[in-house]
Amino acid sequence: MSSNTLTAAEASGPHKPAAGFEGDRQDNTVGGAVRGYLNKLRAGDLGALPAVLGIVVLGILFTVLRPGTFLTPLNLSNLLVQATPIIVLAMGLVFVLLLGEIDLSAGVVSGVCSAVLAQLLVQAGVAWPIAVLGAIAAGAIIGGFTGSLVGIVGIPSFVVTLALFLGFQGVTLRLIGQGGTVPVREPVIRALANENLPVTLGWILAVLVVVAYAGVEFWRWRSQRTRGLAHQPLALVVLRIVVIAAVVFTVTAILSVDRALAAAIDLAGIPYAVPLVVFLLLVLTFVLSRTSFGRHVYAVGGNAEAARRAGINVTRIRVLAFVISSSLAAISGILATSRLSSVTPDAGAGNTLLYAVGAAVIGGTSLFGGRGRARDAVLGGLVIAIIANGLGLLGVAAYLNFIITGGVLLLAASVDALARRRAATARR
Amino acid sequence: MSAPEQTPPTSTLERPTLSLRGVNKSFGAVQVLHDVHLDVYPGTVTALVGDNGAGKSTLIKAIAGIHPVDSGTVEFEGEPVQLNGPRDAARLGIEVVYQDLALADNLDVVQNMFLGRERTRGVVLDEASMEEAARDTLTKLSVRTLKSVRQLVSSLSGGQRQTVAIAKAVLWESKLVILDEPTAALGVAQTRQVLDLVRRLADTGHAVVFITHNMVDVFEVADRVAALYLGRVAADVAISDVDRTQVIELITSGRSGELGLAPDALED
Repeated sequence: MSSNTLTAAEASGPHKPAAGFEGDRQDNTVGGAVRGYLNKLRAGDLGALPAVLGIVVLGILFTVLRPGTFLTPLNLSNLLVQATPIIVLAMGLVFVLLLGEIDLSAGVVSGVCSAVLAQLLVQAGVAWPIAVLGAIAAGAIIGGFTGSLVGIVGIPSFVVTLALFLGFQGVTLRLIGQGGTVPVREPVIRALANENLPVTLGWILAVLVVVAYAGVEFWRWRSQRTRGLAHQPLALVVLRIVVIAAVVFTVTAILSVDRALAAAIDLAGIPYAVPLVVFLLLVLTFVLSRTSFGRHVYAVGGNAEAARRAGINVTRIRVLAFVISSSLAAISGILATSRLSSVTPDAGAGNTLLYAVGAAVIGGTSLFGGRGRARDAVLGGLVIAIIANGLGLLGVAAYLNFIITGGVLLLAASVDALARRRAATARR
Repeated sequence: MSAPEQTPPTSTLERPTLSLRGVNKSFGAVQVLHDVHLDVYPGTVTALVGDNGAGKSTLIKAIAGIHPVDSGTVEFEGEPVQLNGPRDAARLGIEVVYQDLALADNLDVVQNMFLGRERTRGVVLDEASMEEAARDTLTKLSVRTLKSVRQLVSSLSGGQRQTVAIAKAVLWESKLVILDEPTAALGVAQTRQVLDLVRRLADTGHAVVFITHNMVDVFEVADRVAALYLGRVAADVAISDVDRTQVIELITSGRSGELGLAPDALED
């Protein structure tokens, strides 16, 4: 390849000699990056901005309204644990939304998988790893079924999953039994949302995550620069690492404080569910941005016909996206089960799905397909959890809670639709 | 795999890259292609002209393997070949740039050029090598109109998108590039860019088939012109042997003076 000439070209600054790609006027400076970002905003691609603003504004709002309770380590730890099932469900939905499809049954699928988990633990009495695998397998099979109806039979996903939304509530009801509640007392499952990492281990994990992130980012920046490829300015890379480190260390520090209300009890450390979410975030981000499969998901969402002509098996991608979505719904169901220590017949029904779709869309995933990242689910999920948690603290009536949460989803969807229109008009 | 090697422009005396002999194609009762003869040479731009419904699209879809021919022979570089699917055509080095371009707006230029054929190291995408190869190809085609290979395609103009689509075809060591009305929706300056690119494509040794309705484009860039009339090749001649009026007559009536179809061939 011509890496030699390109390296030489790069070393001599942005204006490359004729040997390089003459048209390439990529600006690798901070100013260029800022201009690029502003252009992206102007073109309607808001990225993580609405979610980050949402977290900050809502955080300030609830802190002012409930000064003594909202911004306490105990409530923040509660909030994070509340957010985890929403985030994981939304992570799965990101895959489906990226294709421009929708999975209205994701919430109740998480309910079915919780029921499978509970019955495997309680009725069959199997060990927890088998029960967990069973629940995830159930999710994968359901996803394969949904995906086949959408991808192979060709029924619109809206209709398929609307039908399954109703159908699977019946399945959960059958598994759990009318009016019954299956308590889950398995210590490991319960520990997920109710126990914490030892404080030292929490700090070790936090440092590891930050060091690994910084290492990967620096390594990529260096190799891109030496090979003369498009890369971000160093200042921006450093800034990103600093922000991530600040967030990770602040959260770890807050959660490492003893938050027990009674002096006799020691309650400190990161809840186990949090590193699980971080792990899923890393894996899914890798899948979406660093593998052919992820690239093909974006391509099918952006232009299915172009993907088909490029030799991508569009049907396979569609089915797999639903398999991933429903498998993550199963994990979300396990987290919800852990938090409630039980499974009820209406598990995953109600506003579960609305929360998750809201999370993905607020985070920046488009309902029209082709745009979205795993990170969106985390940011959006936090916004949703803050709203639910804050309104709970305010003691707002249930009706108002529904209206406000519904309104927030509608707002996020409007921003998405307007952004898309803006992008379409900005093009030509 | 890398961008095609530089070969000097070649004369039309050379062996054709693609040679169709007596090709017929029907859809049900409708015969769309009658006994088509066509030769496409390396280093040469062949303009394929014809009125709407003359069979241009069917012909390129036959060459692309999308609609396999009913009868007749297709030779690629002297070897008889069967084109039963797009993959057969791609394997031989036939790339088609469709009118609607088939680019994913939400991906950048490099990602689009390698779509469906990504380079990987293990399971990880090899972004660096893909970006270098894309840059290489664009450099070889002397593309000056793109700001960056990491631009999203959604931010490109019509001419730039056409450039990316053509560069994508070139990336795959293609020998024959078929362009379906690449200038149809473009303004004057952008048409200029694309025609320059088409010329460079031929100058780098590709056989180019260029479908167009625009006579200015034909005489600007083509070396040969093949006129289709009601599914038959009315003429397949060097551009220097015809003038604009003759080409238009070939398109509209299938013959022009000595050139074109014999009157009795048009009877049935």
